[in-house]
Amino acid sequence: MTSNSNGAVPTHGLGPFLQDARLRWVVAIAILAFLVVAPMIFGSYITVILTNALLYVVLCLGLNIVVGYAGLLDLGYAAFFAVGAYTIGVLTIQFGFNFWVAFPFAVLAAVLAGVIIGGPTLRLRSDYLAIVTLGFGEIVRFSARNLEITGRASGISGIQDPSLFGWQIRTQTDYYYVFVVLAIIAVIASFRLANSRLGRAWLYVRHDEDAAEAMGINRVQVKLAAYVIGAIFGAVGGAFFAANLGAISPESFSFEQSVLVLMAVILGGMGKIPGVILGAFIIILGPELLRDLGEFRLLVFAVGLLLIMLFRPSGIWPGRRGA
Amino acid sequence: MADNQLLALSGVTLAFAGNTVLDDVNFSIPRDAIVSLIGPNGAGKTSLFNSITGFYKPQGGSVRFDGQELLKLKPHQVTASGIARTFQNVRLFREMTVLENVMSGMHCRTKSGALAAVLRLPSQQREEAEIRAFSEECLAFVGIADEANREATTLAYGHQRRVEIARALATKPKLLLLDEPAAGLNSGEKVALTELIARIRNELGISVLLIEHDMGLVMKISERISVLDHGKMIAEGTAKDIQNDPKVIEAYLGQDDGEGQS
Amino acid sequence: MTAFDVVMQQIVNGLVLGSFYALVALGYTMIFGVIKLLNFAHGDLYMVGGFVGFLVLSAISGITGGGWTGVAISMFLSMIAVGCLGVVIERVAYHPMLRAPRLSILITALAVSLVLQNTVLSITHGQYTAFGADFGFGGVNLGNVFITYNQMILVGIAAFLMIGLEVFVSRTQYGRAMRAVAIDKDMCQLMGINVSGVIAVTFLIGSALAAAAGTLAGAYYGSVWYFMGFLIGLKAFTAAVIGGIGSIPGAMLGGLILGFLEAFGTQLPGIGSEWKDVFSFAVLILVLVFKPTGLLGKSEQERM
Repeated sequence: MTSNSNGAVPTHGLGPFLQDARLRWVVAIAILAFLVVAPMIFGSYITVILTNALLYVVLCLGLNIVVGYAGLLDLGYAAFFAVGAYTIGVLTIQFGFNFWVAFPFAVLAAVLAGVIIGGPTLRLRSDYLAIVTLGFGEIVRFSARNLEITGRASGISGIQDPSLFGWQIRTQTDYYYVFVVLAIIAVIASFRLANSRLGRAWLYVRHDEDAAEAMGINRVQVKLAAYVIGAIFGAVGGAFFAANLGAISPESFSFEQSVLVLMAVILGGMGKIPGVILGAFIIILGPELLRDLGEFRLLVFAVGLLLIMLFRPSGIWPGRRGA
Repeated sequence: MADNQLLALSGVTLAFAGNTVLDDVNFSIPRDAIVSLIGPNGAGKTSLFNSITGFYKPQGGSVRFDGQELLKLKPHQVTASGIARTFQNVRLFREMTVLENVMSGMHCRTKSGALAAVLRLPSQQREEAEIRAFSEECLAFVGIADEANREATTLAYGHQRRVEIARALATKPKLLLLDEPAAGLNSGEKVALTELIARIRNELGISVLLIEHDMGLVMKISERISVLDHGKMIAEGTAKDIQNDPKVIEAYLGQDDGEGQS
Repeated sequence: MTAFDVVMQQIVNGLVLGSFYALVALGYTMIFGVIKLLNFAHGDLYMVGGFVGFLVLSAISGITGGGWTGVAISMFLSMIAVGCLGVVIERVAYHPMLRAPRLSILITALAVSLVLQNTVLSITHGQYTAFGADFGFGGVNLGNVFITYNQMILVGIAAFLMIGLEVFVSRTQYGRAMRAVAIDKDMCQLMGINVSGVIAVTFLIGSALAAAAGTLAGAYYGSVWYFMGFLIGLKAFTAAVIGGIGSIPGAMLGGLILGFLEAFGTQLPGIGSEWKDVFSFAVLILVLVFKPTGLLGKSEQERM
């Protein structure tokens, strides 16, 4: 890691706890060790829940780039998740592609969708993006529900398990480890982006668009980069989600899904990687711990979100966002 | 306009909702010069800055800089072409250190993208080191190297102004626009600022255009002075010409609160 | 049916749809005007308005019956209740945020929307609730086109409310203050205008109009449910953008245009009614790309 607590440039995306590089390594290795042995200790039920939480870590870190780093509100993030999942579904089932051949197309589709939606919208007031993405999320779901090729309301099933260098990914535990790897990649990528030229540019633009422009930063381009990178995270999560379940349907990509991911990001602390990971686990594990919440689940989260915004807008992870 | 002009405005006209703010302004800055733009409050000086730097879109005229037309460019493109600016009320990036603030200036002189950052490519690492080194140099130049690690908005006001200048220098400009750099400074700081402006031109070869109300400072360092009143250029010349120009005297006498504040 | 009949029928449909959109878009645009906030909770106030209208009607239908008299009284009481709810939301949730970063207030608005939605979801268990209005099916025939009295009354009430708003905004002290606050809040503060009061009145009126639309929609379509505000919130934003966000006549115009576009758009070959929502969203994107200031919006440059 390039800079630590002694450097002039603080390490972004962590909050004050983990500024020391050595401490960071200790924490990382401890978490990694836990993740590796978890399926051996806990039963298959917990492994499924943990897999889901790890998927959420990937999605939340992706949305965190958009909301936490660049300060843009995306209310249709599930759309990119859907684009990734459906591209895999359609290409493998309708066109007989191998998962790994279809995968780059899933990413490409998300990039295209991101540019088409973000390109025109990001030139305008940033808050327009929120409502346009909200609409975009609905359009993707409507389209999936009404198109022949996406299997209409019943969706697509029978998606094959991929294999990797001769290793057939099949069991729930296999998928668990796949998502462990994806989450680690997402964490490293988020961290490196936060501490790069582009990552700083997101902070500059978020704090003062005019001053950033005056410093020669193309704010539209920088925001679009955040939006598209977020889209890629979502599509990657969606692609493996489709492979894991083997079946996808429009209702997996509802507005509620977008809202849950956003809640996780805000709850944990926008712009702070450990906070966002924590938020993802709270959103997934919370309802498991309080099983009888039932339809009150979202209400509890919604009230929590409102209270967080009113009393601790930087989330539960300590420190201001960005630092 | 001859080639020895770095910046040349001709016929620049700007209006907001029917109110003319700049009226057919002609104005130029020679290479390697320190030029001041003065005028009573509300004369349109900052609007002129904003028109040069692309923040406002004038309805007519042309702004030529170093052989390039700027009028249709966005602010970031103007900066990339070699014009840097500061703001009348200091606008540093909150929650970031002094050094990070200055590093923002290097953005348009570097190019590493997302993929290079994620993969930590050697070229990206080299560039990061370069950004940091040059930003530190800029801080040293304005004399606040030892404040690099502090949060920028916690600095004393005079030092915040220096951070803004360092940040502008980090864009490697050919022309630096300073919007009331002496406002709010004490007399000692004003002397230091005068020296700094002279060094920017003499040592770095960067031309300077400043808007300033402090006439002492203006008369001392400017080679040429232009006077704007009610959106019109009413006079242009050396300090001496300006001091004796009846139109200038009238413009200033017509205003009751005088100089010294914005 | 002849082509003429189809056109007539869609004009009627567009007018009904457009009236709903316009009423909701008005609140959207007024609130945006005074505090520059996209109030995501606005569609949910429409939904709450529908439910309050339902409750009132259930209580009074023994006396008034389920006809238009009962609905009109329900609508009026619903407007008062939801108007006050709007003011409370502004005081509790938005007011402390006015000086915070824009992102914070946007997320707060989203949170308010989710709280309203999920409160009603929890109470109703996500079921549709029959509204209980009891209209006749009378109407008039125009050639082959049948226009119900309900449609006429509904459009009439919407027109009445909009004219009332226009009079309020252009003729009264508060209306003038509202327009002044929309232009420059800080200056109004200096001029001694009670900015907080103006904001509260704006929320009161905007929310009340949404509630009126919600009650009318419940009565007209026959049921209410917790998610009914979601899509109309999106549509109302589209309508406000088409007309030029911040512009009151623009919101009315935008609502009607969107209503007609949807009514006629679904008649185009290849665009069935299941694509109706996709269609209006495509309109939103096109407007944002080609005319982001809308039809009646001002394209003034932003001063720094």
